[in-house]
Amino acid sequence: MTQSLHALIAFFEDSGLADRIRENEYLFPLIESVHVLAICLVVGSILAVDLRLLGVAYIREPVSRVTKGILPLTWCAFSVALFSGSLLFISNATKYLANGYFDTKILLIGAAGLNMAVFQSIGAKNMSRWDNAAVPPPTARLAGGLSIMLWIAVVACGRWIGFTMEAL
Amino acid sequence: MSDPRLDFSNWLAGTLLSHAIQATGWVIPTLQTMHIVGVGLLFTSAVLVDLRVLRLLQREIRLEAVVHRFLPVIWPLLIFLLVTGSLLIVAEPRRSLLNATFLLKMTLLALAIVLTVVLQSLIASSQTAQGSDRARIVRGQVVASASLLVWCGIIFAGRWIAYTQVG
Repeated sequence: MTQSLHALIAFFEDSGLADRIRENEYLFPLIESVHVLAICLVVGSILAVDLRLLGVAYIREPVSRVTKGILPLTWCAFSVALFSGSLLFISNATKYLANGYFDTKILLIGAAGLNMAVFQSIGAKNMSRWDNAAVPPPTARLAGGLSIMLWIAVVACGRWIGFTMEAL
Repeated sequence: MSDPRLDFSNWLAGTLLSHAIQATGWVIPTLQTMHIVGVGLLFTSAVLVDLRVLRLLQREIRLEAVVHRFLPVIWPLLIFLLVTGSLLIVAEPRRSLLNATFLLKMTLLALAIVLTVVLQSLIASSQTAQGSDRARIVRGQVVASASLLVWCGIIFAGRWIAYTQVG
């Protein structure tokens, strides 16, 4: 399994596209800027929802209304971040995988996704009962708090990748 | 001939605070992380307002409600970003103060602030006016589009500072 994954990564890293991103002076910073822009929207919009779940912001609005209004933006931005991030990754896959912070970042994104999925399937089941509550129940606050910490850690890992891969 | 910007940068780099920040390796990336999370919250708020004005998102919610929810928070976030941003300048003054991209970012920021104030007052005045004034709606949409572009430009310039350092 790991072997075929490595083969797949090597295939992309050796591709003409990866080569062009590596060699072109402007392509990497350009894709990176798009990536940062998308991440800002992903993290900003998720934190806004989390702050509502914690009962800190937008408390006069029903939770479902805040969530419904923001999440389309989150998913749109997440797909842009994923796509641009993949392009950055294949340009130097081997170095990113050896970096340590990259793996951690991916794991943390996975954990954030898991946290969201668990909350959706368990914590949000009886949402209609506390939708209008200024401060949602402990399960919702736990999910919101965890999400905030995980996403800040994701941003931190992203920044630390930059500081530990200076010699590209 | 001495360049005042260079002199100021050199003086700032020699201050105790600058040395203190530079002496500990994790402080700059931590400040940058805080700065990015702050940019994320501010940018998201501005985008949500702009997209609502353009009727691209949250159409079923009243414009005033969306604006009330997301616009006022822009100002305290801006102060937070000025603090973290200033500390980053103190840490590495020459990285930004002598950098044309940083000056572009600050110019765009000034423009974004003006656009936000204009949008805020346009929306406030539309509440008192009666009927739907077509011209006012178009004006609002032009300002919202410009705001979207300028905020994106700020984030691009922010990332590009790293690529246009002198020396």
